[in-house]
Amino acid sequence: MNIFYYIAAAVAMISTIMAISGRNAIHSLLYLILSLLAVSVIFYLLNAPFIAALEVIIYAGAIMVLFIFVTMMLNIGIERKMEKKWLNPRMWIVPSILAAILLIDFIIALKNVKASPSTDQAILPKQVGISLFSTYLLAVEIAGILLMAGVIGAYHLGSQKKKVTHRYLVKK
Amino acid sequence: MLTVPIETQILIAGILFLLGLIGLLVRRNMIYMLMSIEIMFNSAGMVFIIAGTHWKQPDGQVMFIFILAVTAVEVAIGLALLLQVYHHFKTLDADSVNKLKD
Amino acid sequence: MTTIIALIPAIPLIGFLILALFGRKMTRKTIGYIGAGSVGVVAILSLIAGIGFIKSLPQVKSYSVVLWDWINVGNLKADISFSLDALSLVFCFVITFVGFLIHAYSLKFMDRDEGFSRFFAYMNLFVGSMLILVLAGNILLLYLGWESVGLCSYLLIGFWYKEPANDYAARKAFIITRIGDTAMIIGIFILFLNFGTLNINELMHKASLKWGTGSSIAVLTAALLLGGALGKSAQLPLQTWLPDAMAGPSPVSALIHAATMVTAGVYLIARTHVLFSLAPIVQSAIAIIGALTLLIAGFSALAQHDLKRILAYSTISQIGYMFLALGVGAWSAAVFHFMIHAFFKALLFLGAGVVIIVLNEEHDIFRMGGLRKKLPVVFMTFLIGSASLSALPLVTAGFYSKDQILWYAFSSREGSTVLWIAGIMGAFLTAIYSFRMIFITFYGESKTQPSFQPGKLMTIPLIILAILSVAGGFIELPESIGNIHLFSDLVDNTLPAVVIKKTGLSEILLQSFSAIIALAGIYLAYLIYYKKPALSESFNHSKLNKFFEKGWGFDRLYDILFVKPAVWLSEIDKDDIFDWMNIGISKLALFSNRLLSVTQNGKLRWYLMSVSIGIALILSYMILK
Repeated sequence: MNIFYYIAAAVAMISTIMAISGRNAIHSLLYLILSLLAVSVIFYLLNAPFIAALEVIIYAGAIMVLFIFVTMMLNIGIERKMEKKWLNPRMWIVPSILAAILLIDFIIALKNVKASPSTDQAILPKQVGISLFSTYLLAVEIAGILLMAGVIGAYHLGSQKKKVTHRYLVKK
Repeated sequence: MLTVPIETQILIAGILFLLGLIGLLVRRNMIYMLMSIEIMFNSAGMVFIIAGTHWKQPDGQVMFIFILAVTAVEVAIGLALLLQVYHHFKTLDADSVNKLKD
Repeated sequence: MTTIIALIPAIPLIGFLILALFGRKMTRKTIGYIGAGSVGVVAILSLIAGIGFIKSLPQVKSYSVVLWDWINVGNLKADISFSLDALSLVFCFVITFVGFLIHAYSLKFMDRDEGFSRFFAYMNLFVGSMLILVLAGNILLLYLGWESVGLCSYLLIGFWYKEPANDYAARKAFIITRIGDTAMIIGIFILFLNFGTLNINELMHKASLKWGTGSSIAVLTAALLLGGALGKSAQLPLQTWLPDAMAGPSPVSALIHAATMVTAGVYLIARTHVLFSLAPIVQSAIAIIGALTLLIAGFSALAQHDLKRILAYSTISQIGYMFLALGVGAWSAAVFHFMIHAFFKALLFLGAGVVIIVLNEEHDIFRMGGLRKKLPVVFMTFLIGSASLSALPLVTAGFYSKDQILWYAFSSREGSTVLWIAGIMGAFLTAIYSFRMIFITFYGESKTQPSFQPGKLMTIPLIILAILSVAGGFIELPESIGNIHLFSDLVDNTLPAVVIKKTGLSEILLQSFSAIIALAGIYLAYLIYYKKPALSESFNHSKLNKFFEKGWGFDRLYDILFVKPAVWLSEIDKDDIFDWMNIGISKLALFSNRLLSVTQNGKLRWYLMSVSIGIALILSYMILK
C-alpha cells in the first residue's frame, strides 16, 4: 500500500513543478488538475474516501474549470511573448533559497513529532455528515453565507460598464 | 494499511506548499499567482486530512470541507477582480498595478 | 469677623473663575451682574469689616485668620493667612469702593466690545489679587498677590491684543516691573534666611530686635524691597512703563494705573516700615527719589498732548509725593494722600474715558475743545477732579492731603527744606498742567463733535467720585483749620506717628504759601493757555518741549543701554547647538521618511517577497532557539 502512496506523492510533486514553471497557461492549469487528482488518490489512501471524491468534484471539477474558462476568455495567447520576457531562470534563485530555508525549518520541526499512523478504520461520510450538522452547524451556516456573498460579489465585480469618454478626450 | 510515517506525510504536504510559494513569488502573470495560491490551499487542507486520519476523528475532513468552500469563493472573486484589472490595464502583469504607492 | 476677612479676597476670585470658565455662554447682563456685583458685594463686606474693626478699637488692633497651609517643607512654612489692620482696611476700602464704581462705569464703557466677559474676568482677577496683596499676613502671599496684579496689568494693558502696539506696551510694563519684582524676591530670600519665618508681623518684630539701625544687612534688604516698590509704583528709574500703559482701556487705567496697582509699592513700604526705619539711608533715598520723580514727571506732563498720557505722568508725580511722605516718616500722610489721590485720579481717568469715547477715540487734546457746553456733567466733575489734583485751597480734599505732605516734608525729623521746595515746585507744576488740560480740552472752539451723550451708568460714578474728591478731605483737617484727626487716628494704630522737629516757621505760614502757589499756577495756566495762547505756542515747538514730551529721554537711554545689546546678543546666538539639535531632529525624521518610503513602491511581488523573508527569518529563529 505504501508504494501507491509514494507514487501518488511523486506524481503530485512533479506535476506541480511543471505547473508553476510552464509557459503556456492552459498547459499549466492542466498539470495542476493532474496534481489535484494525485492528491485525491493520497486522500483515498488515507482512508478519507468522501474527501477524495470532493477533491475531484469541487476542486478539480469546479475551481480549476473556472480558471480555465477565465483563461480562455482572456485570450492569453497574446501573452506568450511576454512570458518569455518575464520568466528568466535568474528569477528562480531567491525564492528557491527561501523555500529551502523553510523546508529545513520544516524538517527540523517535524523531527520532534513521534507518532505512527494507524489507518485501519475508515472515516465514513456518515460520520462526517453527522459531525458537520451537529457540532459544526454554525460554521456550515456561515460558510453558506460566505458562499452567497461570494456569488453576489462575483456578479457585481464581473460586470463591466462601458466607459464612454468624451470625444475630445479620446486619445488618437 | 498505510504505514507511511506521519512526518513524511506532512513533509510531502509541506513540499507542495513550498512549491506553491515559489510559484507565487516567481511568476508575474496574475493567473499563475492565483493558481499558486490554490496549490497552497490544497496542501494546507491535506495536512488537515492527515491529522484527522491520525486522530481518527472526522474533524479534519470537516475542516477540509470548509477550506474548500472558502477557496471556491476566493477563486470566484479573485478571478472577477482579475477580469476587471485586465479590462482596465489591458495586461495581466502584476507589476503594472503599482499605483498604490508613496 | 474672620470669615468676612477671608471672604473679601475670595469673592472676586470666584467671580473670575465663573467668568473665565463660562463667560462665553453668558448674556451681557449676567456677566455684568457677576463682574460688577462681586466687587460690589466685597465693598459692602469691607464696609462691615471696617465698622466692626473701628468698634473694637483700641483693644484689638488687628485681626488675623489662617486659612490653610500652603507650603510646609523642612523649615519653610508658608500659610494662607490674612490679617486686617488699619492700613489694610484703608486700602481694602479704597480698592473695593473705587473698584466697584469703575466696574459699574465699565458696564457701559465696554458695552460694545466683543471681549466683554474676558474684560470682567480679568478685572475680577485683578481686584482679587490686589485684595490678597493688601490683606496678606504672609510675605510670600503678598508676593503672590504682587505678581498676580502684574499679570493682570499685562493682560489688561494688552486687552485689545490685535493691535501690536498694545502688546508692546503690555510687555514693556511687565518686563520693567519684573526687574523690581526680582529685587523684591531677593529681599524676601534674605529676610527668610535670617529669620526663618515668612509671617510679616513676626519678621518685623524679629528684625527690630536683631538688626541694628544702619546695619548693612538692613540697608541691603530695605534697598531690595524698595526696588520692588519702585518697579510697581513707576518711580525713578523704572517709571517708563506707565505712560505707555495707557494703551489699555480707560477703566483699566483708572483702576490699575491710578488707584490701586501703582500704589502697591506705597503699601509695601508702609507695611515693612520697620525695615526702613532700621535703614535711614534707604529712607532718605525714598524721599529723594520721590522728590526727583515728582519734578521730572511734572515737567513731562506739561508737554504731553495725549490726554491720558498727561494723566499718566500726573500719576507718577503724585505717587512721587506719596514716596516723599514715606521717606520723611509721615506714614499716615502718605496713606491719606493715597486715598484722596485714588478718588480724584480715578475720576479724571473715567472722565477722560468718557471724552475719548464720545469723540470717537480721539486722544489728542489739541483736537478737542469746547466740550464745556457739550458735556456739562463731565466738565463739572473733571473740573472738580483737576482742582483736587492741583490742591485748590480749602475746598478740595487734595489740598488737605498734599498740604499735609508738604508740611511734614518741611517739619519732620527726616525732612528738610530742600524736599519742601521740591514739593512746592511740583505743586506749582501740577496746577499748571492740570488746568492746561482743562483749558485746552473743555474751553475754546470745538474741533471734534461728540457723537453721543454719556448715560447714567457713566456719569453717576463720576459724580460720586467728585463728591468724594471734595468731601474726603474733611476727615483730616490740620490743626490750624479744624483739627480733625479721624484718619490719622485710625492709621496710627498700625503705623507710627510722624516725629516733628522744632522749626521756626509755623504750619499756617507754609499752608498759605502752598495755597498761593496753587492759585498762581492756575492763573498762569489761564493766562498762557486760555487768554493768550500765543505765549504757549512758541514753547510748544521748542527743543525743551520735545525733551519733556519724551519723558526726559529715559526711553531712549534704556533703549541704548539695555535693549539694543540684548537684541544684538540674541542675534549672534541664532545658530547655537540647541537650534542645531532642534533642526537635526526634524531633518532626521524627514530622512528616515524618505528612506522608509522606498519600501512602499506599490508592487505586489515586492510585498510578497518581504512577507516570505519575514516568515523565513522568524521561523528559523524559533526553530533554532
